[in-house]
Amino acid sequence: MIRKEGRVKNQSKNLMVHLSLLFFAILAIGPIFVMVINSFKTMEGIFTGPLKIPNSETFTLDGFKRAIGQGNFVRNYGNSTIITLGATLLTVICSCLAAYGITEYTTKLSAMIAGLFTIGIMLPVTLGTIVIIKMMVRFNLLNTHISLILVYVGIFVPLGVILMVTNFRTVSNELKEAARIDGANEFKTFLIVLPLVMPGVAAVAAITMLPVWNDLWFPLILTAGPKTQTLTLGIQQFVGTYQNDWQALIAALVLGAIPLILLFTLFSKQFIKGLSDGYSK
Amino acid sequence: MSVFVKLIGEFLKSKTLVRRRHRQLLLFTSPALTFFLLFAVFPLLSTIYISFYQEDVFVGLKNFEFLFTNDEASERLLYAFLHNVQFFLIAASVQLPTALCMAALLTSGRVRRMTSFYRTLLFIPTTLSVVIVGFIWRLIIHPLWGIVDYPLLGEAATALPTITLMSVWQYLGIPMVFLYSALISIPSNIIEAAQVDGASDLRIFFRIKIPLIAPQIGIITILTFIWIFNAFDIIYALNGGAPGPDYATDVLGTLFYRTFFGWGPDLGNQNLGAATATVIFFIILFGTAVYFATVQRRLKASQL
Repeated sequence: MIRKEGRVKNQSKNLMVHLSLLFFAILAIGPIFVMVINSFKTMEGIFTGPLKIPNSETFTLDGFKRAIGQGNFVRNYGNSTIITLGATLLTVICSCLAAYGITEYTTKLSAMIAGLFTIGIMLPVTLGTIVIIKMMVRFNLLNTHISLILVYVGIFVPLGVILMVTNFRTVSNELKEAARIDGANEFKTFLIVLPLVMPGVAAVAAITMLPVWNDLWFPLILTAGPKTQTLTLGIQQFVGTYQNDWQALIAALVLGAIPLILLFTLFSKQFIKGLSDGYSK
Repeated sequence: MSVFVKLIGEFLKSKTLVRRRHRQLLLFTSPALTFFLLFAVFPLLSTIYISFYQEDVFVGLKNFEFLFTNDEASERLLYAFLHNVQFFLIAASVQLPTALCMAALLTSGRVRRMTSFYRTLLFIPTTLSVVIVGFIWRLIIHPLWGIVDYPLLGEAATALPTITLMSVWQYLGIPMVFLYSALISIPSNIIEAAQVDGASDLRIFFRIKIPLIAPQIGIITILTFIWIFNAFDIIYALNGGAPGPDYATDVLGTLFYRTFFGWGPDLGNQNLGAATATVIFFIILFGTAVYFATVQRRLKASQL
């Protein structure tokens, strides 16, 4: 009797927890959901019932057609992809190399370098923007993909290094020693242990990709030209220019949000691991 | 004698060994170091350097003198700073309890397999760009068809708190994930011991779990401080370069942008911009240093 009562009490507690989480989830997802349903509606559908799900009368793909047709939408997508992939790839490579060096050749110097990167995680690099612009002008890199990639690697490599250091520390020495006895040089040894830290690589990649794709400041300053504009900046200007074409506007926002929501849903574990391991050290 | 020779030999050997280690270390770390020093450290230090110049002429502290004593410039700087303080206080006081509540619910052991489902949903707003976040919320609170009749963004009194809450909505996932990871890494035997002693869930949470994750709470707070004193994106996404109604949403980040690029009739000035950036940098540095010297040390000391 008592046990049964306890179970009922326990179940009602479980229900309470579910309901509270559901409340938070609706708060988080609701606004995005409203945006998505409106992107599939006619102008009239949007204004007469912004919270209604599109029906046969109000459903249309016009917004998407116009969003993709107008402006440089497709090109901006390409630009963002190149910049994000380039910056992520370089950050991952540099982080792995540096972290291997720091964990493998421990001296006072390696501890100092690790300390430097730890401070680097918190560095407000945007405050150095004026000098970054001057450098890019000097090297003739303004309005190029490379300018953004270089800056992003500089900003995100400290976090990547610190994350990879915690990963390389878990690799046993035996494998490395075995590789060396087989005559592998240091770089070869590095390549041999690399597969063991792949979870870390995924975490670094996930945590670099997100802020690079979403950044507004550096694209605004370094690549505002029409040919090198990123998607985020493009959408910002789209919002300013096509203020009355709500259909196209909302469709553009949905198209801008989709890649990262998808990526994050697929890699949420790696991302969350990267976030909590990287900053809490 | 032979012992002596042997010692010298070993010393030289260890020296070449150390040298070899150093060479390898530098070889592996140099790509990362190059990017970091060239595109993060150098621009920051160089910004401080050019803040002592005006049109390539060394002027000492003249730029700072202007920022702090010119009637208009000093007022703008002071208000931007106060707005940042307000931004930080509202954000921290809303985000911390909410994120803690979410993390506690997720780690309560009552949602089991649904945990990662909820966690992913709660994190999705963080993956959006500020442009999208700004637009969605501007639609929702639009005075004509939104859920409120009041022009929240148009009135000086409500503009900044509204933007702050939008920003909190977006980034809530980050403190949630931090606290979630901190809570699940608490050793279960501590909790079990408390349960055996008959402590209630609430009591365990407030008396045991929160003190144990205090250092992580501290880290989130200081990261929020750094991010908010750097904030620019969300305000730019909503207002463009404009400082909002009656400068009500002008924060240090937007002030820096305007000082450098100019806005309206005001022309931008590179060196004044650099001086503004330097002031912001030292505010952040000072806040972070004070925090680590006082609070974080105490939080760590009180840990097990």
